Order: sequence, then structure tokens, then C-alpha cells
Amino acid sequence: MSIDTAPTASATALDATSAAATRRDILHRLLMTLGPILIALVIAGCILLAVGVDPLAYYGFVLEKGLFSPLGIQQTLTRMAPLLFLAAGLIVAFRAGMWNLGGDGQFLLGAVTAAASAPVLVEIMPAWLALFCSFLIAMVVAMIWSLVPALLRAYQGVNEIITTLMMTFLGTSFANVLVKLAFRDPSTTVPQTRTLPVEDRLPRLFDTTITSGLLLGLATIIIVHLVMTRTSFGLKLRIVGANPRAAVHSGLGVPGLTVAVFAISAGLAGLAGAVDIIGVQGNVRADWNPAYGLAVIPAVFLARMNGFAAIGFVFLLSVLSIGGESAARRLGVPNTFTLVLVSIVLIVLALAEYVDHRYHQSRKA
Amino acid sequence: MTGLFSEVFLSALLFGAVTAAIPLLLAGLGEQMSEKAGVLNIGIEGMMLAGAYLGFVGAFYSGSLWLGFLTGAAGGVAVALIMALLCVRIGLNQIVIGIALTLGLEGLTALLHHFQFSRSYPRLPAADATVIPLLSDIPVIGPAFFKHHLIVYLAVALVFAMSYLYRRTQLGLNLQAAGDKPAALDVAGIDVIRTRTIAVLTTGALAGLGGAYLANVGAGLFIPFITNGAGFLGIVLAMLARGRPIWVLFGALLFGVCLSLTTAMQVAGINIPTDVIQMLPFLAVMIMLVLFGRRASLPAALGIPYERGAR
Repeated sequence: MSIDTAPTASATALDATSAAATRRDILHRLLMTLGPILIALVIAGCILLAVGVDPLAYYGFVLEKGLFSPLGIQQTLTRMAPLLFLAAGLIVAFRAGMWNLGGDGQFLLGAVTAAASAPVLVEIMPAWLALFCSFLIAMVVAMIWSLVPALLRAYQGVNEIITTLMMTFLGTSFANVLVKLAFRDPSTTVPQTRTLPVEDRLPRLFDTTITSGLLLGLATIIIVHLVMTRTSFGLKLRIVGANPRAAVHSGLGVPGLTVAVFAISAGLAGLAGAVDIIGVQGNVRADWNPAYGLAVIPAVFLARMNGFAAIGFVFLLSVLSIGGESAARRLGVPNTFTLVLVSIVLIVLALAEYVDHRYHQSRKA
Repeated sequence: MTGLFSEVFLSALLFGAVTAAIPLLLAGLGEQMSEKAGVLNIGIEGMMLAGAYLGFVGAFYSGSLWLGFLTGAAGGVAVALIMALLCVRIGLNQIVIGIALTLGLEGLTALLHHFQFSRSYPRLPAADATVIPLLSDIPVIGPAFFKHHLIVYLAVALVFAMSYLYRRTQLGLNLQAAGDKPAALDVAGIDVIRTRTIAVLTTGALAGLGGAYLANVGAGLFIPFITNGAGFLGIVLAMLARGRPIWVLFGALLFGVCLSLTTAMQVAGINIPTDVIQMLPFLAVMIMLVLFGRRASLPAALGIPYERGAR
């Protein structure tokens, strides 16, 4: 598992003597990201042409609605908030070599518990405290949800891909059960939780519609990045990820660290759900499942588990999904085209990285 | 409530269980082969969707279910070809590419369906059953297990064929070695890349076939996102089965019963959210894992691309 290339690269980059090299490195990174995206857009454009849609008009809408219109960019930045939390959680897990593929279940349970607790709590305590408590509850519930896979992996060696996948199926259903049976708003006919009044939600930034959850998300992912790269705790987790046996031999408490990794990763996914509900949605409808996790996993990989790069990829994902939604309504291309576009972008980016890697290797040799 | 345990109801329930289990069985058997050879095939959901869509289109325009199964399997192989090229031949990350393929095929099949059929959902005629004489006369069990489309019996036979392949043939051993110690296989003079490619393409064919069965026989129509996680269930089944095809069959039947129970409860008008029943199979497996969780015997080189000469 090639997990530890990114931190060493960024550590050497901080060396003051190599400022020019750093600039070249950043330029190179940027080129290696934008180039493949352009290629992916061309390939996806060919698919649009094949089904009889003008690709230029489509991309025009995506850019306009996702990036350049004031409303669009605000929606894009708002969408980033939950994705950043999810990405932060995945960075912790993947760097420690644990495949937490249960993000969607943890996200939904966090969302549902936040949606259930926030409207009740705001009535009995100051709004800021109520929101804080709902965040806490969402985080703890998601942590508890990850406990079974964590303990099974830590003490029985049961593969966490199976268990987290199963817990995510369980969690999605369980979240629905909670919405339909336990936390259902009695005053509506459609099954959904009580709606948190707009004035009690997370404040919006300045005069925009951007949720302040964005700042929380940015702060979280940067903190996670620094913890993973600059602290002894992060180093321990990376050792567990790089070679669990060596970690045992160097005296690390691997089972305890495993449980901690799952708790942090799931807790952040739960916070992602809470930030989406308390900041944006206000309630959870039955059968609501945005399935963000599936799109964020490859993005985190392509960012090489680097927090700053992940912010860039999350931004890209948000532009594509917000812009794609508007373009779908205008041009009659189903929303699902966004999935095709994201998929092609991911594959071309992965390929470009491979080609780049090969090129460097052959130059070294 | 009295009708709940009548003979007719029970056999309908079991019939539905088998129908629901077959796509899971095919996906699980396919995934098992990939995993044995050391490739974690997360793109299997995408392969099933490709199979479901192309299988449906094939059957819809030709009027032949068998042609539909063929085009479905071909669709799965086409996606598997991309996977083999990217993850086996040049060794890109299997999880990234697998998820990307799943996302892409989810989008692509929904897109093509939209432009081809707009908002109409044409149906296929019901599949003809192959009735097995004598056995199908047994009460309850007969109509439940012995009045299915021929492909169902073939799928069950495949379980035993797979067992034979893994235990008794050179190819089976090669597959195992490709997953456990690819370098050793290479030294023995057998091409690891080729062995793994064979495994991934077979997975594609089986997953495509499973998808085609799901659309053509199970549902009789194609709707976007029709597989609804069946591919991921296949991954779970393959991992739980620890390399033994027969356990994939048992697991698929367990999940099939629960899926069929969901529909049956709705028909019977019992007022429990279907989500509760959907949780049952996962709950059962999790409890089993907690009680009997031993070290899962996954191939040592699972998920690691093979590169000759690399450390």
C-alpha cells in the first residue's frame, strides 16, 4: 500500500531552500490535475454528442451554474461542507490502512439523530448550545455504529470491508426505520423528521447563502491533515497503516489504535450528516440518501490522502454535482450524467498519475 | 393473517427467494473468482448494471431471453475488460477504479435508458419455466424450487462446477496462487497478469449474467439503479464464503429469503416498514461474525497489483 508518499513530499517541500522547486512542484501538480480533467471533459462530451446534446452548451451551464453565477458558487460551497467532513474521516481511516467503506450508513445515522435532537433541544436551551449538543449526539451515535466493525477487526481480525459494507446497509435501513417510526413528525403526511426552523440552523456567512458549516469542514480537514502528518499520534496511525506487524513489534497498541481510527473516522462521517442537516436540509425525509460517501472515497485516494489536495477535489466534485443538477433541468439530460462525468474524471486522473509516475521512473533510471 | 402460512403462500415465498438469490449467487461466484486471484472487484455493481441494461435491450429487441442473457454477459465482460486493463495490466488502485466504474455505469445505464425509452418502462413477457418432472409435484417445495427458468438450474450447477475447478484443475490452483503468492506463480512460469485477467473477465461475465437475470426474469423490465446494491452484496457473500462456492449458494439463499419476505409482507399487508425486514440478513450475518468471528482467510495478495520484479 503506497500510503506514505504524500507526507514525505510535503515535508521536504517545506524546506526553505527549495522554494523554486516547490513552485515547480505545485505547478506540476496543477497541470497534472487540470490536464486530465480537460481530457475527461472531451471524452464525456463525445458521449453527450452521441445522445444528441451539444456538449459546449452543457459544459457552459455546468460552469455557469456551478462556478460563475453568484447563486451557483454559493450552492457549490455549501455542498462542500458535508463532503469535507466525510473526506477528513476517510483520510484518517485510509492512512491507517483501514477500509472504512461504511461512510454512508454513519453519515445517515448522524443526520437522523441530529435532525431528531436539534428541533427538540432548541426549545429548551440556547440555540448555539442546542446545535453543539446535536453535533455531539450525531458524532457519538456514528462512533457507536462503527464499534462492531472496529472491535471485530481489532480483536478477531475480521476484514473490515465486509463488516463496514454490511453496517452501511444496516445503517441506511435503520435510519429509515428511525425516521418512519421513532422520530416522525406527526404534523406532516410524508414521513420525515421535524423541521429545524431556518433561524435556528447554522448561521450563513455574511450576506450569502453559504453555510458556516463550510468553515467547520475546512477547519476539520486541515486539523486532520496536520494531526496525521505532524503529530506522534498521526505517525503511529501511519505506521499501523504501512505495516501492522511492524507496528506490533515496535510496541504500538494496535487494537486500541484500530478502535480509535474507526471512532474518529465514523465520528467525522456522523458530523458530516449533522452539518448537512443542521446547516442545509433542516430535516430528514424517509429514504433520503445522497450517497456522498461513494464519490468521496475515490476523490480522497486521488488526493493521496492529503488534506489540502482533498479540499481541491471536493470543490471539483461539488461544482460538477451542483452544475450538473442545473444543466440537467435546462437541457433535459438526466442528472445521472454527472455520475458518468465524475467517473470519467476519476479514471483519467488515475491514468494520468500512472503515466506521470512512469515518466519520472524512467527518467530516474 | 391466517393466509400467511398457507401452502401457496409459503411456496410463493420460497419461489421469490430463489428468484432473488440467483443474481446474488452469480455475482458472489464471480467476485469469489476475482478475489481468489487477488483482485478486489468493487466494480461488480457496475458490471451487473451493464449486464442488466444490455441484457434487457437484447431480450427486448430480439424477443429471446437467451440472447438477452448473452448480451448481458457481454456487457459485463466489456466493463470487466476496462477493469482488467486498468487494474491488472497497469496496476491502478482497484478501489478507485472499481468505485469509478460503478458510478459511471450507474450514470451511463440510466442515461441510455432515458434517451432510448424516455419515461416508459416496457415489460418483457414472463419467462417460461422449465418444470422438472416428478420433483415439481412435491407440495410446497416442488413449485418453489423446480419450476424456474432453465438458467436457474444452470446457475446452481455452476456452484459445483466452480468447486471442481478450484479443487481439481490446474487453472483453479493458478487462480489461488495468483491471489496468495503471485511471485511464486510467476516463477513457476505462469503468467500472473493473464491468470488474473481471466478471473476478472469471468467475473464480468457472471455479474453481467446476474444483472440480466435480475432485469429480464426477476423484474421483467429495466429501471435505472435496478441492482440496488446487489453487487456489493455479492462482495459480502464472496468474502464470507472464504473461497468455497457452496457457501456463496447458502448465503445467497439466506439473503434471497429475506428479500422475498419483504415483498411477501407488503402483499400480506403487514404494517412493518420494509426496512426492518431488509435489515434481517445483515443482522444475521453480523451476529454470526460476532459469535464465530475467526480470522477471515482472504488471499494474501488481495488488492495488490502484481508487478514483476517489484519488492
